Amino acid sequence: MKTFRIGGVHPAANKLSAGKAIEPLALPRQAVFPLSQHIGAPATPLVKKGDTVKVGTRIAEAGGFVSAPIFSSVSGKVNKIDSVIDASGYRKPAIYIDVEGDEWEPDIDRSTTLLKTCDLSPEEIVSRIKEAGIVGMGGACFPTHVKLSPPAGCKATCVIINGVECEPYLTADHRLMLEKPDEILVGICILMKAAKVNRAYIAIENNKPDAIRLLSEKAKAYAGIEVIPLQVKYPQGGEKQLIDAVIRRQVPAPPALPIHVGAIVQNVGTVFAIYEAVQKHKPLFERIVTVTGKSLKTPSNFLTRLGTPMSQLIEAAGGMPEDTGKVIGGGPMMGKALMSTDIPICKGSSGVLLMNEHEARRATPQPCIRCAKCVSVCPMGLEPYLLATCSAHGDWDRVEHEQIMSCIECGSCQFTCPSHRPILDNIRLGKGKVGAIIRARNTKK
Amino acid sequence: MENKLIVSLSPHVHSGDSIQRNMYGVLIALIPALLVSFFVFGLGAIIVTLTSVAACLFFEWAITKYILKRDGNTLWDGSAAITGILLAFNLPSNLPVWIVIIGALVAIGIGKMTFGGLGCNPFNPALIGRVFLLISFPVQMTSWPQAGQWGAYLDAETGATPLALMKQAIKSGDPSVLNDLPSSLLLLIGFPENCQAGAGCLGEICALALLLGLAYMLWKKIISWHIPISILATVFVFSGLMHLANPVYASPVQHLLTGGLMLGAIFMATDYVTSPMSHKGMLVYGVCIGFLTVVIRTFGAYPEGMSFAILIMNAFTPLINTYCKPKRYGEVAKK
Repeated sequence: MKTFRIGGVHPAANKLSAGKAIEPLALPRQAVFPLSQHIGAPATPLVKKGDTVKVGTRIAEAGGFVSAPIFSSVSGKVNKIDSVIDASGYRKPAIYIDVEGDEWEPDIDRSTTLLKTCDLSPEEIVSRIKEAGIVGMGGACFPTHVKLSPPAGCKATCVIINGVECEPYLTADHRLMLEKPDEILVGICILMKAAKVNRAYIAIENNKPDAIRLLSEKAKAYAGIEVIPLQVKYPQGGEKQLIDAVIRRQVPAPPALPIHVGAIVQNVGTVFAIYEAVQKHKPLFERIVTVTGKSLKTPSNFLTRLGTPMSQLIEAAGGMPEDTGKVIGGGPMMGKALMSTDIPICKGSSGVLLMNEHEARRATPQPCIRCAKCVSVCPMGLEPYLLATCSAHGDWDRVEHEQIMSCIECGSCQFTCPSHRPILDNIRLGKGKVGAIIRARNTKK
Repeated sequence: MENKLIVSLSPHVHSGDSIQRNMYGVLIALIPALLVSFFVFGLGAIIVTLTSVAACLFFEWAITKYILKRDGNTLWDGSAAITGILLAFNLPSNLPVWIVIIGALVAIGIGKMTFGGLGCNPFNPALIGRVFLLISFPVQMTSWPQAGQWGAYLDAETGATPLALMKQAIKSGDPSVLNDLPSSLLLLIGFPENCQAGAGCLGEICALALLLGLAYMLWKKIISWHIPISILATVFVFSGLMHLANPVYASPVQHLLTGGLMLGAIFMATDYVTSPMSHKGMLVYGVCIGFLTVVIRTFGAYPEGMSFAILIMNAFTPLINTYCKPKRYGEVAKK
């Protein structure tokens, strides 16, 4: 069975909510929409205080090519345009909407009928994706239309659908594959058409045999779509690792993109959003969010309107356990620890993970014993111990030379370190500095 | 703020691995060889091992507390105990207690703590201790007790080691000297009693017990295969070529099973702190150790070259780390 070739670790899966069907979550009383829910320029607001909006109304316009519009997930009145602390911990501009009723924009098709045929041209599909505000829903939030507009001279040969979900605890993509397989397959066909390719691979780790079986069975009816079961290994859901695992090619060092080896990678959640946007005229305003944790009463998967505060999801899953020590937006390997549960669900929020006091604390770092485990698990073939030490000493030339910018911050090194050293903390410091140095050098030229 | 949420950077989970887990893993892997050494050398082995371990632990504790003046103590992380056992494994079982204690002081004090303690030493501490004793007490350190003397300690009868015989064969140019070597099977299972050349230091007497330790460490992923296998393979190939060229040189199997080769390849060269970080580097390191060992064994003044080979390559480890980088993502050839 296939997997990526360099490094990798095996964190405990803890997929507590895997058997729990997706449930729609009740509407929030107030929805908050940060204007930067994607990589790129923040969106610019189209509404002002007191405006009435419906579900699916465009409330902010893309702020550039690498950007995405934002749609209201609720109907009601704009309360204010202010700021909110989002998952990054920084205060960002945001639109607040008070919820009244649940009135949808009339052109959204709310039926559940499967619409298979799509007569649009590739350009029209890409433009619909762009106009529906779709971004990568695995967590990176890269605007999808940008990935589908390759730079001159590059041509895609296949699309890879990421159903790996290698983060422990998270089950949103797994449930989606089980419950919406037809929609996903039609979405893949649309994506293949938009990318002008005739091969698609759905990559799923073999700890989800039910999803592999279901999609393999259904994919027989579609030409060019193949399900690829993969060995369980973290970080297989990383774009570069997935490309290596599925088509045995490695993307050269930055600034090269996956498209340079002919691959376009999209998350299954994104593919489902593409289906809904293109076939049902439904922009991106809701997503599936896993709420989970060992002390939580009922770990669940909720179909959640964007802008809903995380506290509401936690309540719906049985309430915040007494012993909660840490709330994480996303999975335990790459998710962000949150300072409050009032933070709204955004386009990239795949999960809310509650960790108890005991799990939340880091052990005291010990001296590095040079065991080389960080080197052997690094999926980018870097030397984390060296990058961390040189970053801590401020040797920016050296870390740049040692390719610190290739680090994908997957956390495998720190996960595996027997001395509990804060390896990735230091590497992030170095990446930030080196990134700034490189940008300054480029502007000088 | 009413909530007391902990905010830290990812990753938020840990594998559960620890220094202790790895160090105690190595100690467990040493148990078979330890038991065999007690069984073969009896009382002497027990005295030397206990003295060495106790002295290493004591010096680790005393230096941390009174010289480095650190709060936390590294006494129970297992590394000093490993140094103690490995040092004992490199000593003859009739060595007086006071020499063992000097060895432990040099190993822990000079070999390890001078550089800042665990993780900072450039050379393998146990080997520093052994080589110091070998040069300072050449007589005591080269009179090896014969295997199979249960109650003997300082009064143990000494004999020739297989490596000394191999050296003698080369010097005299007479391959028939090698006929006195114990059979390979006896060398493997480690009971060369009633043999002419059945002597040796504590830990090198039974290759099989050491191999069991290797299997355990590989299974528990405490070490990777690169260093031990590359050393053993290099010694096998290089000594095999020499043997083919001239039968005065011992056969590759005899090289593999005698002396400190297994002990060094499995437990000493694989020391985390002093070995290279990338797999490529580990292979270079292992091949060089294997090569140097055979060169010293056949052309050098000492019958055994393992300790020197490892210490020499320890010195090259930073250089190897500079030039042998892991295979970066994106550099793998397209298929």
